[in-house]
Amino acid sequence: MAKLVGGIATSHIPAIGLAIANGLQQDAYWKPFFDGFPPVREWLARVKPDVAIVIYNDHGLNFFLDKMPTFAIGAATEYRNADEGWGLKALAPFPGDPRMSWHLIEELVAADFDLSTCQEMLVDHGFTVPMSLLWQDVVPRAVRVVPLAINTVQHPLPSPRRCYNLGVALGKAIESYPADLRVVVVGTGGLSHQLDGERAGFINREFDLRCLDDIVNRPDELLNLSIHDLVEQAGSQGAEFILWLVMRGALSCHGVREIARKYHIPVSNTGAGLLLLESVS
Amino acid sequence: MATVRAPIWGTPIFDGAQAIKGYALNKMCYSFNDAVNRNEFLANEAAYCARFGLNPEQYAAIQNRNVLQLIAAGGNIYYLAKFAGILGLNVQDIGAQQTGMTVEAFKAKLLAAGV
Repeated sequence: MAKLVGGIATSHIPAIGLAIANGLQQDAYWKPFFDGFPPVREWLARVKPDVAIVIYNDHGLNFFLDKMPTFAIGAATEYRNADEGWGLKALAPFPGDPRMSWHLIEELVAADFDLSTCQEMLVDHGFTVPMSLLWQDVVPRAVRVVPLAINTVQHPLPSPRRCYNLGVALGKAIESYPADLRVVVVGTGGLSHQLDGERAGFINREFDLRCLDDIVNRPDELLNLSIHDLVEQAGSQGAEFILWLVMRGALSCHGVREIARKYHIPVSNTGAGLLLLESVS
Repeated sequence: MATVRAPIWGTPIFDGAQAIKGYALNKMCYSFNDAVNRNEFLANEAAYCARFGLNPEQYAAIQNRNVLQLIAAGGNIYYLAKFAGILGLNVQDIGAQQTGMTVEAFKAKLLAAGV
């Protein structure tokens, strides 16, 4: 059976991708952020996951408002990025695992999570930045991927509790897959930031630090937050924290051990977070 | 009964009402994912906006390069970011514009949030 080896969560700000493309990791502005990643990469090198389930939000590349799924999962043989309107570089394609995708689809729909399924799916910076940070775009790519996109573009967004429960079902689905694979779940986005409105530039360090602590030790305490609460306390785009909650839900069938944590303000307009939790037992 | 929430100051919520209002504007901005469309827009803005059926408020906001006006006209920040990209504006530039700050002051505010 497949084994869920751990969960990682990281911010996915587009400026990180540009900093990587321009080799700015040691630049004074960027160094404190990038310095959080070596322990995570060391863990990945040791544990060697075969598959990464990447929970992200599409920022208007693959999905438009004509058809906006709340939950959408990839079932493609490979995934490509695109320039997103800003001239971003094409990255090497990300190999998929359609058999695993369809297993997850079967199990999640059976658990009452009715996902949209995508045999073609462009992946944007929400997906590619974490992949670049964690696996550094080494080719051939070390992991196969299953992208799982959650709507954060158009309200109503799914609640924190709903997303955590999706994660719980995802964790069970992963561990019922009949192949000896090591699987990691990657939550992306957050932490506090707001791009739009007169409150643009809002960052809430205190709330972010509480979320980082609670998601490790007391995730239940976060589940009564509403989307409105998240927007108020973490900013409009800080609601992306629901993607971290999917990751944490997936690990709920195990105990967790915290391996790495980093918080840094600012990365672009964002309070940037990084967390690595290893499954115990 | 519908859930009513107190508004959060300075914080637009892109919901169904905004989605209806801004559809044409957002559809145009979504098209900017493609470089061919970006060049077409730059070659003839008026014709490109007319093709997507922007209303006068939306067209004026595009002409004014004004993010708060674009949001008021139903624009969604994720699609508007692609319009900002055409103009060479990053999220600090549009943050400064929306808050009435200089870009330097806006960046200083972000740095101060970490102290």
